[in-house]
Amino acid sequence: MGDCEMRNPEFAIPNPQSAIPTVVIEPSRGWLSLQLRAVWEYRELLGFLVWRDVKVRYKQTALGVLWVVLQPVVSMVVFSFLFGTLLQVPSGEVPYPIFAYAALLPWNYFASSLSRSSTSVVNSAHLITKIYFPRLIIPISGVLSGLLDFAIAFLVLIVMMAYFGIAPTWATLLLPALLLLAMATALGFGLWLAALNVRFRDINYLIPYLIQIWMYVTPVIYGSTLIPERFRWLMALNPMTGVVEGFRWALLGQRLADAQPPGPLFVASIGIALVVLVSGAIFFRHTERTFADIV
Amino acid sequence: MSDIAIRVENLGKMYRIGRARERRDTLRDALMAGLRAPWERLRGDDRREEETFWALKDVSFEVKRGEAMGVIGRNGAGKSTLLKILSRITEPTTGRAEIHGRVASLLEVGTGFHPELTGRDNIYLSGATLGMKRADIARRFDEIVAFSEVERFLDTPVKRYSSGMYVRLAFAVAAHLEPEVLLVDEVLAVGDMMFQRKCLQRMQHLTEGGVTILFISHNMAAIQGACRVAVLMDGGQVVAKGNPISVIEEFQRLAQNESPRQALQAKDLNIEECSQVPVRITGFAMYAEDGTLTRTLRFGEAPSVRIDLLAHEKVCAPAIQLGVRRSDGVKICSYSNWHDGFKIEYIEGECHLYGRLPPLRLIPGLYEIHVLVWPWGAGHLGDALEQTQPYVWEQFGYFQVIGIGLNEHDGVFQIPAMHWALTSDSGVLSSGDIPEDAIHGAFTPPG
Repeated sequence: MGDCEMRNPEFAIPNPQSAIPTVVIEPSRGWLSLQLRAVWEYRELLGFLVWRDVKVRYKQTALGVLWVVLQPVVSMVVFSFLFGTLLQVPSGEVPYPIFAYAALLPWNYFASSLSRSSTSVVNSAHLITKIYFPRLIIPISGVLSGLLDFAIAFLVLIVMMAYFGIAPTWATLLLPALLLLAMATALGFGLWLAALNVRFRDINYLIPYLIQIWMYVTPVIYGSTLIPERFRWLMALNPMTGVVEGFRWALLGQRLADAQPPGPLFVASIGIALVVLVSGAIFFRHTERTFADIV
Repeated sequence: MSDIAIRVENLGKMYRIGRARERRDTLRDALMAGLRAPWERLRGDDRREEETFWALKDVSFEVKRGEAMGVIGRNGAGKSTLLKILSRITEPTTGRAEIHGRVASLLEVGTGFHPELTGRDNIYLSGATLGMKRADIARRFDEIVAFSEVERFLDTPVKRYSSGMYVRLAFAVAAHLEPEVLLVDEVLAVGDMMFQRKCLQRMQHLTEGGVTILFISHNMAAIQGACRVAVLMDGGQVVAKGNPISVIEEFQRLAQNESPRQALQAKDLNIEECSQVPVRITGFAMYAEDGTLTRTLRFGEAPSVRIDLLAHEKVCAPAIQLGVRRSDGVKICSYSNWHDGFKIEYIEGECHLYGRLPPLRLIPGLYEIHVLVWPWGAGHLGDALEQTQPYVWEQFGYFQVIGIGLNEHDGVFQIPAMHWALTSDSGVLSSGDIPEDAIHGAFTPPG
């Protein structure tokens, strides 16, 4: 029976390398670190997942990338007619279409990112059960892949601003920070929902309603000035209020007299978004060890 | 630096099963269960006791650097669970494992492929998913394309590929990974023979380059060909480890203990029909040339066989067939009284059919033994399933052929030529008959 060795002669032992990466596999206990270093190491895969999502999104559609423009424009037209013309929602000194569009821009980004990251883990079951990578990059990629749509929709905004003769101000430079807040909020809630979705598919059904109701409590189709002063603090619990109002202020501030620059309530919005983000990441990491078993 | 690449210590994985009525898959169920729980606890109802199942228990082994280890076992033995834990897809419940070196794992062909994207895009995507750097993929892109043989369709979405093209492209990406430790699960189960051979060659190439491989397969020939050590798993535990041949022998013993009848009939034959058959195959034995009971033959040895039959009623003119399959399922040859014109009037009660086979010049490896009883003239193993059903069909484990100097690259069997002659314009340079004993005796490799 010694013939087996005959077939495989002595192996060439590879040169010992100075640093051999070592993986230790053990049952995890207690709360885990967020593994941010591992996420960074896998940034190329994250990049590929984002690239894949973007590339696939409008595949086999006749209108292709035009959908990116159509979606916010169509909702703007519908809202302008319903709320601007029929219901006469006050939009201050600016025409209602651009009043609505300036808010729809961050809102649409937020809504699609939240929905994508919430369903991302379940939709990536085929990857999760077959290959290792830090699971956090899945919901993160869901939030990042919406940025291209946002950028294209932003170009439409520039055209509209030119049309309505609204010049940008220095406040426009704050937009990236506001966008970051929208991303953090979407990712924070997305992490919670994505992890819950693995066990409870109810989340899939819940998300459309959640987003719809959330839009109504956020001053997207109306201005927060419509809300009595004593309830304003309640609205600030919703970080998206700060984002949407901030966008309006930064873009249309010179024409919109009652647009408020970000104040203490905005700081509260940031705080809440961060709490949700960090707790979401911890919850996600804590539950991810069972993803492959139950997804 | 230690020379151990993979060290596994007391690894265990527990799954919670059962409680089918109380699985909380929807929020409503969870809420209901939550509401009921205190009430049930008050009543002292312990139906909630969770049933647990250890898919893996106390598994320990080591794989040396540059060694290829095969993992075999029946379905549900815990092989895949082991690989999932080592791949860090799921966590162990107990124990610990250490892997030294860059790990790549192949649990399926085409991980990370997206049907809407083109072949070109998928090479990058799948490469990145399997752990390659973008620069590495770009560097080896042409090699990958050449290996896959799908150049012409590189800009076609892979959803329009044939399954063969898809598998080839997917494997081409995987084959160009440059890991130090490779974990492979049954990837070879897909694809045709050519493809399987390409995979095996690639794995041999990797081990020669010092890559450590852990390889799960049901293909005993592949395990034997590619691995220097093997472990046998059963019931979530390692029950044997060492030389692949002895571990495979152990596996055969294990496989014989479970009823082969159930395994085969459930899958291949109509059970209803078989329960009415008037004959059963109760045993099979193989003897070496010296008359000892064996399942190990030397290359070129002529074994004898005994088939035990039990006929509940008179079965007229049975055709009793012994079929030999290679362990990867390829049908090799068969022997039957019908082929050879040995007519049996009838069988009734207990009887035994003895046969002396010719020298089996099968390439060393592992072979399955199938025994079938047919109505006279009904056909043979080849067209069994389409046309007539055999009365019974059972697998009786494996036998192995040992010998040196030949391997699967020489084909399935090797029979010497009768005569060789070398000529040129000036006449016969040399010629020779092949001696009789080379035809009947054991193979001696030249030199």
